[in-house]
Amino acid sequence: MSATQDLEYRTTKSSISNAQIALLLVIAAVVLACLKPWLPAWLIRVPVEAIPPYEGWLDALFNFIKDDLGLIHLTRALSDALENVLDVTANLLYGRRRWPNIGPIPWSAVAAVVAVLAYYLGGWRLAALAAFTCIWTASIGQWDLAMQTMSVLVVAAPIAILTGLIFGILAWRYRTFDKALRPVLSVLQTLPFFTYLLPAVIFFKVGPTAGAVATIVFAIPPMILMTTLGLRKVPEEIIEAGKMCGSTKWQMLFRVQLPSARTEILVGVNQVIMLCLAMVVLTAFIGMPGLGAKLLAMMGSFKIGRSFEIGITIVLLAIMLDRMSKAWVYKQPIHFQRGAPWWRKHQFALLGFALFVVFILLSELFPILSEVTRKQSLSQGKEIDKAIKSFLAIDGIRAVTEWLRWFLNVWVLIPFRNALLWIPTSAFILVIMAFGWWLAGKREALIAGLFFAIIASTGWWDRAVITLYTVISAVTLATLIGIPLGILASRSPRWAERTLLACDTAQTFPSFIYLIPAIMLFGVNDVAVVFSILIFATVPLTRYTIEGLRTVPAEITEASDMSGANKKQKLSFVQLPLALPTMAVGFNQAINFAFFMVIIAAFIGTQDLGQELQRTLAGTDLGKNFVLGMDVALMALSFDIIVRKWTETRKKALGLD
Amino acid sequence: MAHAITAKNVWKLFGPKPEQYLANMQGRPSYEKIQADGYIAGVKDVTIEVEHGEMLVIMGLSGSGKSTLVRCLSRLHDITGGSINVDGQDIMSLSEKELIELRRSKMGMVFQSFGLLPHRTVLDNVAFPLEMRGQDRHDRRERALEVIKLVGLEGREEYFPRELSGGQQQRVGIARSLAIEPDIWFLDEPFSALDPLIRREMQDEFLRLQEILGKTIVFITHDFDEALRLADRIAVMKDGSVEQCDTPDQIVLNPATEYVRKFTEEIDKARVVTAAAIMQPHTMPSSESPVAAQATLRELAKTLVNDSREVIPVQAEDGTIVGQLQRQVALDVLFGAD
Ligand SMILES: Nc1ncnc2c1ncn2[C@@H]1O[C@H](COP(=O)(O)OP(=O)(O)O)[C@@H](O)[C@H]1O
Ligand SMILES: [Mg+2]
Repeated sequence: MSATQDLEYRTTKSSISNAQIALLLVIAAVVLACLKPWLPAWLIRVPVEAIPPYEGWLDALFNFIKDDLGLIHLTRALSDALENVLDVTANLLYGRRRWPNIGPIPWSAVAAVVAVLAYYLGGWRLAALAAFTCIWTASIGQWDLAMQTMSVLVVAAPIAILTGLIFGILAWRYRTFDKALRPVLSVLQTLPFFTYLLPAVIFFKVGPTAGAVATIVFAIPPMILMTTLGLRKVPEEIIEAGKMCGSTKWQMLFRVQLPSARTEILVGVNQVIMLCLAMVVLTAFIGMPGLGAKLLAMMGSFKIGRSFEIGITIVLLAIMLDRMSKAWVYKQPIHFQRGAPWWRKHQFALLGFALFVVFILLSELFPILSEVTRKQSLSQGKEIDKAIKSFLAIDGIRAVTEWLRWFLNVWVLIPFRNALLWIPTSAFILVIMAFGWWLAGKREALIAGLFFAIIASTGWWDRAVITLYTVISAVTLATLIGIPLGILASRSPRWAERTLLACDTAQTFPSFIYLIPAIMLFGVNDVAVVFSILIFATVPLTRYTIEGLRTVPAEITEASDMSGANKKQKLSFVQLPLALPTMAVGFNQAINFAFFMVIIAAFIGTQDLGQELQRTLAGTDLGKNFVLGMDVALMALSFDIIVRKWTETRKKALGLD
Repeated sequence: MAHAITAKNVWKLFGPKPEQYLANMQGRPSYEKIQADGYIAGVKDVTIEVEHGEMLVIMGLSGSGKSTLVRCLSRLHDITGGSINVDGQDIMSLSEKELIELRRSKMGMVFQSFGLLPHRTVLDNVAFPLEMRGQDRHDRRERALEVIKLVGLEGREEYFPRELSGGQQQRVGIARSLAIEPDIWFLDEPFSALDPLIRREMQDEFLRLQEILGKTIVFITHDFDEALRLADRIAVMKDGSVEQCDTPDQIVLNPATEYVRKFTEEIDKARVVTAAAIMQPHTMPSSESPVAAQATLRELAKTLVNDSREVIPVQAEDGTIVGQLQRQVALDVLFGAD
């Protein structure tokens, strides 16, 4: 009897597949939507009376932590310490009048040291890149701006790295800590940056200190993850060798395990540096001076030429920092012959120091080596402005951009947005659950449903839907562009290589940069928002499409050649299915990027969560800021969980990994 | 004097609650039974002794528990049951500190994939154990240079591991394990990752070193030829237990179990069996043109075929006659007629 029951159970279980459940949910949603006129109000939108006062509760909680627990005193003390360090770098790099009052260091001396460091790390080509970046920045008259940005970065990055390292070690050492930390990290990584800014301003002082703190907190997670990963990957034999050599636990950690995890740790360092740069630029929104603030101001007043120049500076800095820190990852120690004199062993340090001194002396003679004044600068802002504007005004170009704007707005974006806004909340949640059930399964569907229900209950539903609509539109367009592009590029290995390099480079750019071409082409409106997200999100899609197609084993493609498949068949029946899990990683990243970007794009003038979030930055409304941030994070997390799960199952099914 | 290492009824089980499982164990379950219960018997009731200055070779197929056994002997693994004494000291009772002390002064270990620290030069790798015990810089450099010379890596002191060939890297591993002048030397398949030609060269090198140093050695290999070349005694392992532990000729001539017999089947016995191993007490009157006792039958092949005597006297190294060889018995081993 139990056997038949068992059988029955199994057949019923397999007779309703995930896809069918998803279909049922969709049908239910459609029915709900069709019945909208007759639905009770609470199924259409969560009524205002029913919305719990999360914001008030959170405010109370924050105030409790801040004042009653006295956290504010701690953070104020910390921020004083941090401020002192920031003052030093600010003084040295751009001569802010603070202790030790010796700056600013002439730009040429800084450039020389950076170039020597680049040479040490990656040879003369990297040195040339570094030198060019510095000379460009100085000669275009943006040295001080760049140094304002860098003065925060050089403080924030090391602190983030060190903190991440310590947390990473703890997470690797203590399983429970690791388990507790992981969900926190996923939330931290999906919280919009604006949510970091306000608490930073409230708990730490306005200005560079708050900017640095927000940047540090935002940049820590990848360092933690890479440190744990690296330590886990240290070969067992090396650890055993360490034990047999009689190391104590501390000796083991510092002299065996951490050095052996060098590669991953340095990859983490690279990620931290890049994130820090991106975020320091964004701290412009809380009034931090530097490249970001200038860019924001220029874009705000539609000075395309100057924005363009600042954009180039930021991009150059990003490429330089990325290449240098990556070169550090791959840099292997080289040995000196025994008995090499000490100056040989320290040749780079000596050379750097010597050039530093030389350029300081030279800049006494030639002031231009110390500071490029406004008149001397080669900035062509106005001319570029004119050139770009007249280029855009050419009839052909203008016709295209205007048509695109009109078409997207009238036929795609606005109808889609209105449709999404029209759908009753309850039906919407069902559709989300259907999506989760179809791709991932029950657990993920329920989590996603719950998350969206929470969003509905915060009372920001309409704004959240607008955020979501922007993300979906942009990612859909990005998919339509990015994947064919990737397929096209992977036809020849050389093009695949080049496109990958381009994608890698583009991914190092601070996200803020992507707003420039969008505003340039489409002005200040929804299309520009979607467009900026679109470029930002296309990059990972193209990249992972190429990666995915590349990792299809040669034997399999050869086998399909031998069974007489033509190119198209091979692509659609063999390569794409095998590449799909990898492509999904790109898709996931694209969605994450989109959620990140859509919030920043609030600056262009959206009506979504980002706009509200940005508004909170001006006040002290921590509760609201946090609720809005969580709404964004919950949406991003829902997609992340679903796509990740799908990738995992798919990989397992295909026997990859 | 006590043995260098004495292991009694040592168990090492991998699984959720090994101690509890071992305590409740009834009788002597088979490897498969243990596996069915969700445990892996890495080491299964092993009793073994290693003499001072002896070279014990542990041999068996991959997965038979060789590495696990050696890691128990060096307490890289805590054993589940039984006892292990090193120089009369129960190593399971040592505190963390005493254990570190023991490793810093008495034990050295060489690993299959070398286990070198990638960020350190040859010199710093070799000096690493000395650094751990806090020796001063100058001393450790001097000692490290000494061992580096011993293993023939002079002139490569400043190289990094990745700049060396596999054979050279393992020389670094050997040098490092010798830096503290250990009494007991563990080697876990030290030459398995190397090409056959280099492996041969390293074995010769290893024998040369052992000639100079005369250490107590536990050497792991899955290569029977290697075992036969090096061993004073061989322990053959299967499924975590030791099937037989004996001298090479005894293993070849009198395999204790079917498994060991199968293992030795393919081996050319004449290369292993010495005259001494199959000689009888000396009864014949003549001691003319004797053969050397340690010579293998393979080395004696020509004599055995050409000499027409029924019995041939056997002579020890010091020149005394110690026994006699029945030619027919010897020829049977030589041509494999059993
Ligand atoms: N840390 C461990 N956890 C679980 N099982 C292990 C562990 N180490 C070894 N084993 C198992 O113990 C058995 C013996 O392994 P090992 O001693 O490495 O074999 P050998 O060195 O003879 O190749 C193998 O089945 C292996 O899978
Ligand atoms: Mg092994």
